[in-house]
Amino acid sequence: MSRIIAAGQGLVDWVDERFPLVSTWKYHMSEYYAPKNFNFWYYFGSLAMIVLVLQIVTGIFLTMNYKPDALAAFGSVEYIMRDVSGGWFIRYMHSTGASMFFVVVYLHMMRALLYGSYRKPRELLWIFGCMIYLALMAEAFMGYLLPWGQMSYWGAQVIVNLFATVPVVGPELSVWIRGDFLVSDATLNRFFALHVIALPLVLVGLVFLHLVALHEVGSNNPDGIEIKKNKDPVTGKPVDGIPFFPYYIVKDLIGIVVFFIVFFAILFFGPEMGGYFLEYNNFLPADPLQTPAHIAPVWYFTPFYAMLRAVPAMFGSQFAGVAVMGAGVIILFFLPWLDKSPVKSIRYKGPIFRTALTIFVVSFLILGYLGVATTDVWGKMPEVLPIIGGVEVATIVSRILTVAYFAFFLAMPWYSRIDKCKPEPERLT
Amino acid sequence: MSNSPSMTAPAVGKAGGASFTPGTPGAEMPQRRKLLLAATSAIGAVGAAAVAAPFVASWFPSERAKAAGAPVDIDIAAIEPGMLLRAEWRGQPVWVVRRTPEMLATLDTVKPRLADPDSKAAQQPDYAANATRSIKPEMLVLVGICTHLGCSPTDRLQPTEGWAGGFYCPCHGSVFDLAGRVFAGMPAPTNLVVPPYMYLNDTRLRIGEDSKGA
Repeated sequence: MSRIIAAGQGLVDWVDERFPLVSTWKYHMSEYYAPKNFNFWYYFGSLAMIVLVLQIVTGIFLTMNYKPDALAAFGSVEYIMRDVSGGWFIRYMHSTGASMFFVVVYLHMMRALLYGSYRKPRELLWIFGCMIYLALMAEAFMGYLLPWGQMSYWGAQVIVNLFATVPVVGPELSVWIRGDFLVSDATLNRFFALHVIALPLVLVGLVFLHLVALHEVGSNNPDGIEIKKNKDPVTGKPVDGIPFFPYYIVKDLIGIVVFFIVFFAILFFGPEMGGYFLEYNNFLPADPLQTPAHIAPVWYFTPFYAMLRAVPAMFGSQFAGVAVMGAGVIILFFLPWLDKSPVKSIRYKGPIFRTALTIFVVSFLILGYLGVATTDVWGKMPEVLPIIGGVEVATIVSRILTVAYFAFFLAMPWYSRIDKCKPEPERLT
Repeated sequence: MSNSPSMTAPAVGKAGGASFTPGTPGAEMPQRRKLLLAATSAIGAVGAAAVAAPFVASWFPSERAKAAGAPVDIDIAAIEPGMLLRAEWRGQPVWVVRRTPEMLATLDTVKPRLADPDSKAAQQPDYAANATRSIKPEMLVLVGICTHLGCSPTDRLQPTEGWAGGFYCPCHGSVFDLAGRVFAGMPAPTNLVVPPYMYLNDTRLRIGEDSKGA
């Protein structure tokens, strides 16, 4: 036994002389000190990484049977579902994984909003995160074209045409993106290339940078105070920190088990999730001559889609709506500099911030619902009213909520300054 | 590039005549070296742009995709009054509607509610920039693609409550009249496109080409 251990140690030493094995392990795992008070909200970072791995592995196996050809794509997906052994399982893992990726990423971002994890010194960490979110949206959008169903086709048609609204170069730009005058085989081929190789590389690279930045500045925590300020004078280790390995590895494992229970329950019992994860119209092959009666993007895009619909055409162009939609995502990047509050965490922030955050979250959720629904879902305003008479209620509500969404960010420098915050504690609570 | 470290070290020391060792704090880079660095970087950037050009160009429509835009001929004899025929031109839906006199009568009544009732925006060939947006008043020819974000509107040719009929885009709710003119306040900014077309004879229509040879 002792000889085996000695041989193992010898091997580690041999590697360590040629590669920083032990020091890397210590720096990122056994001697990476994380605050001891992580709670439920801190599961979603590691879960996002697990889902990324799932998507890459299932994606690799799907490419073995999928054909990126407008004439064969729809059939090849059905072939995977019906004829390839285990094909349905791999495909449903990939499609469920796409939606669950956004579930965990949205919760992960919510955590940052709650505890001020975007504040100094974590601005770059937050920006890398926003870039991951952006890359993820591009990845999801391009992946959705690949089954070449009706929703794939018309969704891509609408999104690519968003670029056509850019003044001056727009029409040429959208032709360039499609590689044709309409969404076609050329578009499918390039989206396939971007979806299976280009964007995954970008995503993995960004996740790497996200982690490097995280381990440089250290994790935030529900109290929003820095554990590095209070180090043991003898050991130099943060008094309120515990090593990531083994403590948080074990904690994350529990989260992963619970997550997989939910994940596989969806996969086995409701992979279409009532038309939200896989839309019913996408079980019809793409038909360039016929738009389905009701089209909506997949649920994770719908808040931004509702903003797009809420903005009317201005100056003979719908670019305003597209700009608002884009700004809805881009504004996230500026969050670290918009929050002027003296404290980071919601625990010590005052009533104004709490109210603002609540309104923001509710607005985002209702916008998400309105993005799925048809514009006439809530009927029309009575004709007798001035100006808004006869306008769809849902459109009016979307406009108000879009303003609320932006007000959360744009008014933040003002309301975060005047808010009545509680004093932060000296140590973690 | 393949110089070994032992060979570069003395060469670097002699550069510019003065004794200069890179990495030494406070060491000034000789003027000649600065110029060479800038020139190399500039040429490198030009080279990178030149290499990028074919990659960017490869995303434009291929010659085959460009050639696919040939005109199509369709037989319109079978279209009954009040009926719509769907044809395909350049992969896009083209609608041909034989409008009834009642349908044509609605074109005037909806005028006050339209964004561009007189078809001032160049969404049609000159010969279709008239009250019915067509060559022959009853025959409407339209590209069936919404001018908002490219969905294909559904035809609602029969009048319904509060609406004389026309086209409704399911994606973002834009409404068009029976000449493809958009109603005011819709997401779609302009009227539907009338493609170039011509009559070969009374019952044959050519879409994608007109007498001017467009």
